[in-house]
Amino acid sequence: MATYKPVVVQAAPKLGEKITQDTLYWRGYKTPVQIKEFGAVNKIHFSPVSPYNYAVTASSRIHIYGRYSQEPIKTFSRFRDAAYCATYRDDGNLLVAGSEEGSIRLFDLSGRAPLRQFDGHTKAVHVVGFLSDKYRIFSGGDDYSSNLWDIPSATEIVSYSEHTDYVRCGCASKVNADVFITGSYDHTVKLFDARMKSSVMTIDHGQPVESVLLFPSGGLLVSAGGRYVKVWDVLKGGQLLVSLKNHHKTVTCLCLNSSGQRLLSGSLDRHVKIYSTTSYKVVHSFNYATSILSLALSPEDETIVVGMTNGVLNVKHRKPEERKEKSQKRQPAYRTYVKGRTYMPKQEDFCVSKPVKRVLRKYDKLLKSFQSSKALDAVLEPPIRLYTPEVTVAVMQELHRRGTLRSALAGRDEKQINLLLTFVARRVIEPRFTPVLVTVADMITDIYQPVVGQSAIVDRQFLKLQEAIGKEIDYQEELLEVLGMMDTLFATFTQKKATYLDEKKSNGLTETTETNTND
Amino acid sequence: MVAPVALRVVRCGGGSLHGARAVFSADSKQVGLGPGYLLCASGDFVKMYSLATEETLRLMGGHADLVTGIQLNPHNHMQLYSSSLDGTIKLWDFMDGIPIKTFTVGSKLLALYTLASSEDSVFVVIPKSGERDTFQLVSVKLPKGAGQDLEANELSVVLDGVDASPKHIAFGREAEYVASVKDINLQVYFFKQKQLHRFSVSAVKTKSGNNRFSCVACHPTEDCIATGHADGKIRLWRNFCHKKEYTFSTLHWHHDTVMDLAFSVEGTSLLSGGVESVLVLWRNESDCQKDFLPRLGSPIEYISMASDGTLCCTLHTDNRITIINSNLRFSRSIQGLIKSADIKTGLVVDPRTKALVLNGEPGHLQFYSLQSDQQLFSLDIVQRQYIHQAGLNQIDLVKVAFSPQGKWLATVEEREEVTDPELQLKLWFYDEETQSFKLNTRINMPHEDHITDMCFRDMDELEDDSLILVTAGRDCVFKVWVMVEDTDPEAQQSVSWSCDFVGSYHNYQATNCCFSEDGSLLAVSFEETVTVWDSVTWDLKCTFCHPPGKIRNICFGRLTCSKYLIGATDAGFLCCWNLLSCALDWSAHLNILVLQPDPLSEHIAAVSWLSKESSLFVFKPNEPRPIYIQRNFCREKIQLAAFVPRDEPETIGSEKYLWLRRSQLFFLTDTQELITLSMKSLEERLTPSSKQLAVEESLPVTPFSLLLGKHRHQQSQEDIDLGRVFLRNKRAQDSPAVKELLHTPAHVLPSASFLCPIFINSLLISKENKSAEEVADEVEMESEKTEDDSDEERDVTEMKQEDPSPVELLGEMTCKLSKSQEKELRKIRKMDFSWISAF
Repeated sequence: MATYKPVVVQAAPKLGEKITQDTLYWRGYKTPVQIKEFGAVNKIHFSPVSPYNYAVTASSRIHIYGRYSQEPIKTFSRFRDAAYCATYRDDGNLLVAGSEEGSIRLFDLSGRAPLRQFDGHTKAVHVVGFLSDKYRIFSGGDDYSSNLWDIPSATEIVSYSEHTDYVRCGCASKVNADVFITGSYDHTVKLFDARMKSSVMTIDHGQPVESVLLFPSGGLLVSAGGRYVKVWDVLKGGQLLVSLKNHHKTVTCLCLNSSGQRLLSGSLDRHVKIYSTTSYKVVHSFNYATSILSLALSPEDETIVVGMTNGVLNVKHRKPEERKEKSQKRQPAYRTYVKGRTYMPKQEDFCVSKPVKRVLRKYDKLLKSFQSSKALDAVLEPPIRLYTPEVTVAVMQELHRRGTLRSALAGRDEKQINLLLTFVARRVIEPRFTPVLVTVADMITDIYQPVVGQSAIVDRQFLKLQEAIGKEIDYQEELLEVLGMMDTLFATFTQKKATYLDEKKSNGLTETTETNTND
Repeated sequence: MVAPVALRVVRCGGGSLHGARAVFSADSKQVGLGPGYLLCASGDFVKMYSLATEETLRLMGGHADLVTGIQLNPHNHMQLYSSSLDGTIKLWDFMDGIPIKTFTVGSKLLALYTLASSEDSVFVVIPKSGERDTFQLVSVKLPKGAGQDLEANELSVVLDGVDASPKHIAFGREAEYVASVKDINLQVYFFKQKQLHRFSVSAVKTKSGNNRFSCVACHPTEDCIATGHADGKIRLWRNFCHKKEYTFSTLHWHHDTVMDLAFSVEGTSLLSGGVESVLVLWRNESDCQKDFLPRLGSPIEYISMASDGTLCCTLHTDNRITIINSNLRFSRSIQGLIKSADIKTGLVVDPRTKALVLNGEPGHLQFYSLQSDQQLFSLDIVQRQYIHQAGLNQIDLVKVAFSPQGKWLATVEEREEVTDPELQLKLWFYDEETQSFKLNTRINMPHEDHITDMCFRDMDELEDDSLILVTAGRDCVFKVWVMVEDTDPEAQQSVSWSCDFVGSYHNYQATNCCFSEDGSLLAVSFEETVTVWDSVTWDLKCTFCHPPGKIRNICFGRLTCSKYLIGATDAGFLCCWNLLSCALDWSAHLNILVLQPDPLSEHIAAVSWLSKESSLFVFKPNEPRPIYIQRNFCREKIQLAAFVPRDEPETIGSEKYLWLRRSQLFFLTDTQELITLSMKSLEERLTPSSKQLAVEESLPVTPFSLLLGKHRHQQSQEDIDLGRVFLRNKRAQDSPAVKELLHTPAHVLPSASFLCPIFINSLLISKENKSAEEVADEVEMESEKTEDDSDEERDVTEMKQEDPSPVELLGEMTCKLSKSQEKELRKIRKMDFSWISAF
């Protein structure tokens, strides 16, 4: 014997952005805090230790911000010209920064004056960083060289001049204390080992490299330059794993989230895209007001800080985890809850299972007892009517199927007819509802034809319905016209393409043109 | 091989169960039966079901026409009367399934009633001689002769002008009166007073129907008659022994005809059922106290009560039997092939279970097991509440297709609508975990108009990813659907289906589609033309046309005949095209209704319909001459056919029936009876195990019977022992220990640890037995010499006779034994081997 089957509500696939776990996760940030800096923000770096302050390099200053402070906690402003790339050491005690004049300065977070100054670069130093042994610093400058410095003695250990253009980005390996990479505008990324005299690996990115990133495991390398983000397998000798082209302007910065599962890239096209590092598909993207220069994510993804070309620092904090609202109902006492749960049935016991009580929606209950009018009333309640019109339409369809729609629609007063007509006029143009609602509108006009003219409100609604349908018809006609035009275009296009291909073949060109699949 | 056996047409399921009310076998406690049986008229047969297992235990055949009534013999609860349209009443011993007596009445019998008070007569409804459409209730005196076939000529008319339906007559309390209804008249005849009272209700025609009588039931203890009406009312008549002062009260719940009424055994409550498929229980004959058992699946046709009142059963129009507890709880249902209003899906064989798949309950797909004549399960496709109301236009299942391995199921459901039909294509994935189909993709409006045909690409060797579904629609296109992997790794489903290609041909309606065996070609018929498409590039390869008439069926040849394409047109032609030469190879003038290729061989079965008789032709596409022709094998129109692969190829001696070796052919007639062609007789087809079960259950369990059973068992085993000693492990299963273990209810069994050694022991080949064989060996050793001689002799005899039957051989052998050997043999025979079987 079958049980009552609830009304099937047709779920239409949602157009536009799909709601995935990722969208939910990345949407969980509060509205951003905007902080105005003095110039374009070229680097943001989070302190690796709690309380996760972050250093923002903009113009000739380095500001240290606390987690929720909108004013800098500390400022280093001993630069004559622009400062670059302020980076924390692993223990969060030291900070290193390059500068336009070519010197690299090392600061203690507690003091103001630089602890050490490393001179050797002849031009601006755009990239500096600590190696993972904490005692050495690597740097890359506009003089095409990549250097390695010893902190205690403040001397240069080794200098590599292998790049043939400005070195603008770099990254140290977290696994090996001797390995670091630099990316340059000469389109290459070079991997250096401090124990070797020259670079150990060169990867050709194809565009000026703006940012490089090593995965925590050290096995994968990500480079950004031009519109491309490319992922390379270092262990396989720099083999290209995947090339991502999701931005339509130069990608300027890269960042991994704390778990290493997502890769973020910021670009001059004002977007931050988030990729899954398993499938390398874009799972989410953020929009910003202006071009993005730098990007950083705090540990635990607590904060996203984005620096723009116009000097605006955009800080987004994560919303606190939503606590489930405790229901006011008193839970039964633990004793009652546990009672009988641990009872093991004995051999001679008969087990009688309690029938599962199925909860039916209100309209289903009414439909089950064949109360058509009331069921229709139930789905014309505001929350259902406004937010889930598909339920209303599904019930109308079910009533039509049962042959009781006419009687359910009949015998209503002015207010209810008004409500019904408003709903129909508003939804009848939606393609998924049209077949049902046209029938409904038909029946309503049939039933209430004799009373037209008695109520101004109802008359107005009838006119509105007429207007909506008229508009829709015009719209469809226009669409058909467009379709016809497109058909003719396509027809000519395919013919031309065929001849074009033939020409190509005759020329012996086999290269296929890349199609633009950018979003 | 002996004489060539002819193929018999065997009915193996379906038919209609609603010839008469079902009958419960007598009270289980009285007779000491198990849970009892249910007896049912089914076509020309009487079926017996076990109430415990829902199995069909027995099929009692013998009537030459529809069985119209069955009643227990009121004087012997182990006997059953059955009446049939062939004019005979048969008395059966239903426990053994033997007809005891046959009484020939002569005219058509339309209903049968038995009464406890009348010793030797039964009541039947027969047509009045000389007049059409008038019937009379007569009592037939059953003669007490010695023979099996007796003439029953002593008829006495009880009531005239009755209705033919068995529901329109009921006998009152202690057989004092009989009530009969017809149209708007109720007649009550009192036997003692010999009085006839007539009552009538005023003919009122409302919009919900008229108030004609539809059924009648009498109160078992009081003078009260309940009548059901076509407008859904139930009237309770009282005081009808007076012509004028009669009264009636009305109960009204049903919105449509009351199909049947039944009083409970004590008469305290009344059960009624109708088209709504709700069983209504009226308590104390009042309008306000009623209980419902809703959603029984299909309209109720008959209601019957068990004599002890613990159970009641409803017979539904779709052949289902529902058994209901006395507290109005659904207990179980017995369902064979469910009859549906219209089988639109065709006969499809599930590749996984080898079950027949077709429309079942409205909106459901039934999986029908051919072996057990039971419904395996019913898959809810539409998933909407079905409203049992006449004139409603509800969604129905129209097309079904299985992927070759049975992993995917595609279904099409539609709702006929004047303006635009509602269509849905659903794709179901077989979930190994839950062992059932799970909805994967739902496509709304796959075509603009009705879908006419659907098929999967049948490629065994390829991966499942290359699965392709093709649907042909009346909107002049066919569409190709493919599986698409969902790119999102976190998505719930990894695959879904989407449209890949839309093909059309000159704006003709697509009517059929079919893939070739290797899946490389797709044939789609567009009205008069068959088009052949490449299944990789979707290019139109060639077209075939046989001008007069539209294409009705197409199919590709298989195996060695894969270069042929067969098509049947509605102008009455069967054409065979060669795909290599793109030319017509042969054609035959036949009005083919059904064209069915065998999936396991080259053979194709075609059923033609000519002048009210169906004929079967089996042919290979490469030769125009049919292999097998059976003309007029069925009177009814054959609607559908299907080849069902056999589990293991059957050994078929005759060349003529080789096409039946790998698969069996089943047909469905337009009365939804399932028939097949078989060389075995009906008795062979019934499983012997179920027969035995019935007999065993019928024996009351007493210590003596146990003892006797053991003894009999030993005897039978002795026989087997003398014949063959090898089948030990088979016999172990029917050793008494195991049997008792299996038959005793679980709650009275001792613990498993106690039973285990016994059970294990029973499975072992006992040592004593071995020693017995050794003894036999020793005996043989003694007579080795003489036996050698006889062996030689036997060889000679074998040489002489080319084809001796084994029995003859045995006889000759024994008579040529020497005297000493005979002595030995006698000795062995005298030895008591009974202890072997005892172990």
